Amino acid sequence: MALLKIKFSQQRRVRLAQGLWLLSWLAVMCGAFIFCLGVYLKIELLRRDEVMENTEIHVVPNLLMLVGLASIGANWVASRVCQDSLDASRFPRWKVLLLGWYAVAALLCCLLLAVVVLSYVLQGRLEESLKVGLRNGIRFYKDTDVPGRCFQKETIDRLQMEFRCCGNNNFKDWFEVQWVSNRYLDFTSQEVKDRIRSNVDGRYLLDGVPFSCCNPASPRPCLQNQLTDSRAHYNYEYQSEELNLYSRGCRQALTDYYMGLMNSTGPGVLSVILIQLSVLLSMRYLQTAVEGAMALETPEGESEGYILEKDVKATYADVKAKALDLLKFAQVDPASEAAGAEEGEKEAEATAKAATPPPAS
Amino acid sequence: MPFLSQKFNLQKRVKLAQGLWMLYWLAVIVGIILFSLGIFFKIELRKRSEIMDNNESHLVPNLLILVGMLSCGLNAFGGKLCHDSLDPQKFSKMKPMLRPYMLLCCGFNALLLLLVLLSFLMQFAVYLTLAEGLKNAIRFYKDTDTPGRCFMKRTLDMTQIEFRCCGNNNFRDWFEVQWISNRYLDMSNDVVKDRVLSNVEGKYLMDSVPFSCCNPGSPRPCIQHHLTNNSAHYDYDHRTEELNIWNRGCRQAVFSYYSGIMNSIGALLIFTIILE
Repeated sequence: MALLKIKFSQQRRVRLAQGLWLLSWLAVMCGAFIFCLGVYLKIELLRRDEVMENTEIHVVPNLLMLVGLASIGANWVASRVCQDSLDASRFPRWKVLLLGWYAVAALLCCLLLAVVVLSYVLQGRLEESLKVGLRNGIRFYKDTDVPGRCFQKETIDRLQMEFRCCGNNNFKDWFEVQWVSNRYLDFTSQEVKDRIRSNVDGRYLLDGVPFSCCNPASPRPCLQNQLTDSRAHYNYEYQSEELNLYSRGCRQALTDYYMGLMNSTGPGVLSVILIQLSVLLSMRYLQTAVEGAMALETPEGESEGYILEKDVKATYADVKAKALDLLKFAQVDPASEAAGAEEGEKEAEATAKAATPPPAS
Repeated sequence: MPFLSQKFNLQKRVKLAQGLWMLYWLAVIVGIILFSLGIFFKIELRKRSEIMDNNESHLVPNLLILVGMLSCGLNAFGGKLCHDSLDPQKFSKMKPMLRPYMLLCCGFNALLLLLVLLSFLMQFAVYLTLAEGLKNAIRFYKDTDTPGRCFMKRTLDMTQIEFRCCGNNNFRDWFEVQWISNRYLDMSNDVVKDRVLSNVEGKYLMDSVPFSCCNPGSPRPCIQHHLTNNSAHYDYDHRTEELNIWNRGCRQAVFSYYSGIMNSIGALLIFTIILE
C-alpha cells in the first residue's frame, strides 16, 4: 500500500517536471535571499561588536549563511535532475544521488527551523552579553588616553544618540561611575576633593550624564548636570521631568532592535522552509513516476507516483531489516571463526554450571 | 548630397537593429534611474524644508521626474520601432510616425540639456535659501511653545548631529541669539538680570552652545557653556581646543551634501544626453 499514491500520465509527468524546474529555481533565489539575510544580520551584529561581550548570538547568522549556500547548491542540482528526468537515458545516473539529496534537503529544512527557534531562545544570552558589554563601555568611557579603549567614548556616545537610549538600564547608571577623566579634574578645587572623598574607591562621582543622553525632542535646552537637585535649575522637578533625557536603557534598546530584525525575518524563513519542503515532495513524486514509467513496456503510458512504496510501518520494518542485514554482513567472516570458539565456551559453561554444587537450602 | 552616408547590407542592417534595440532598453533603464533620483532628491528637500524656510524650489526634482517618465516612454517606443524595423509590413505602418518621433527626441535632448544647466545653476539658489533658513532656525530655536515652530529645536538639533556642524557659519552664531526660552529663565536671579540688561534688545545672551554641537570624538566630556572663559574649565584654552564642538557651519555642511546630489544628477544627465 503505497503512501499518497497519485497517477501520472505522460502529459502530467512533463508538467510536473517543468513545474518542479521552475520551483527549484525559485528555491535557488530563496537560498540566495537567506544567504543575504545571514550576511546582513552578521554585519549588524559586528557593527555593535564593541558593546557585546560574547559572540554566541552569531550562530544565527552563521547558520543562515551556511543554509543559504547549501540550499543554492541543492536546488541547482534539483533543477538539473528535472531537466534530465524526461530523458530515459540520462535519468538513471541521478538515482543514487537522489537518496543523498533527500537527506540534504530534509537537513536544510530542519536547520532553518532550528534557526527560527534559536533566534528566540538566544534572546536571554544576547541580553546578558549586552549587559556586560555596556557595563564595561560605561566604565571605560573616560579612558580616552588608554590604548585599546580610546574610542570607547565615541562608540558609547554614538550608540546613545543613534538608539536614543542612556546608560545600561537607565540614566542612573552614569551616577555610579566616574565618566570624567582625571586629566580634566582640578584636584586643587574643594568641590572635586569633596566628591572624591565621599566614596571608598576615590572616584569622582556626580549626578550628571554625558551630552549624548540628551533628547533633542525636549522643549527645553538639555540639562545634564545636577540632575537630582531640583533647586539647581529653574522650573525643574526631578521626578516629573520626562523628556529631557532619553528614558530607555541601551540594553533594552539594542535587544529590541535585534529581536525586531530577527522577528521580521521570521515569516520569510518560514516560507522558504515551505518552498523547500514542496521541492522535496515534488522531486520524490517525479522520481517515482519516471521510474515507474521506465519500468513499463510502453514508456508513454500511465505510471504511479508515491512518497513511500509501502506504508509507514512496513517501510520502517524494511529499513530496519536492511540495516541489520548490513551489520550482519559485516560480521559474517569473523563470526564463522568465533562461532566455533563460542560453541566451545558455551559447552564449558554448561559443564561448569553442572559441576558447581547446588546452593544450600 | 546626403550627409554622413553609410552603406548597409542586410547583415549589417540586422546587427544595427539589434544593437539599437539594446541601446533603447538601456536608455529605458537610465530613465528609470533618473525618475527614482528625482523622487529621492524631492524627498531630501522635503525632509529639510524647515531649515530652508519652506521656501526651497522644487523645480529640479520635478523636472527630473518628468524627464525620467518621458525617457522611459520615448525609449520604449523606440525599442518597439527597432523591433518592427526588419518586418516590411509593420515598418510601413510605422513610417509616418517616424518624423514626429525624431523631432520629439530632439526636443527631449534639448530639455535634458536645459536640466543639466539648471542642476548646476540652482545650487546658488539652494545656498541662499539655506543661509536664510538657518539664520531663522537659530533665532526660533527657543520657541518650542509657539505653534508652527515647536519642532524647530528638534529639527535643528538633529541636523547639527547628523551633519556634524554647529551654527550657520560657525559656533559663534549661537552667542548672538537667545536660544533658551524665557520659560526656563529665573528672572529674579541677579546673573540673569545682568545678562538681560547687558544688551539693547533685552536678550539673554551667553557664550554657550546647545548640546547638539558637541563632538562625540572629543577625548574630554563636552564643554558647551562658558566657551570663551578659560578659567571656567580646568586645563582649557578656547583658542586651541579643537575637537570639543563641531567647527564647521551647518550652511557649509548641508550645502555640500545637496551640491553633491545635484552634481551627480548633472553627471548622469550628461551621460543620458550622450546615450540619446
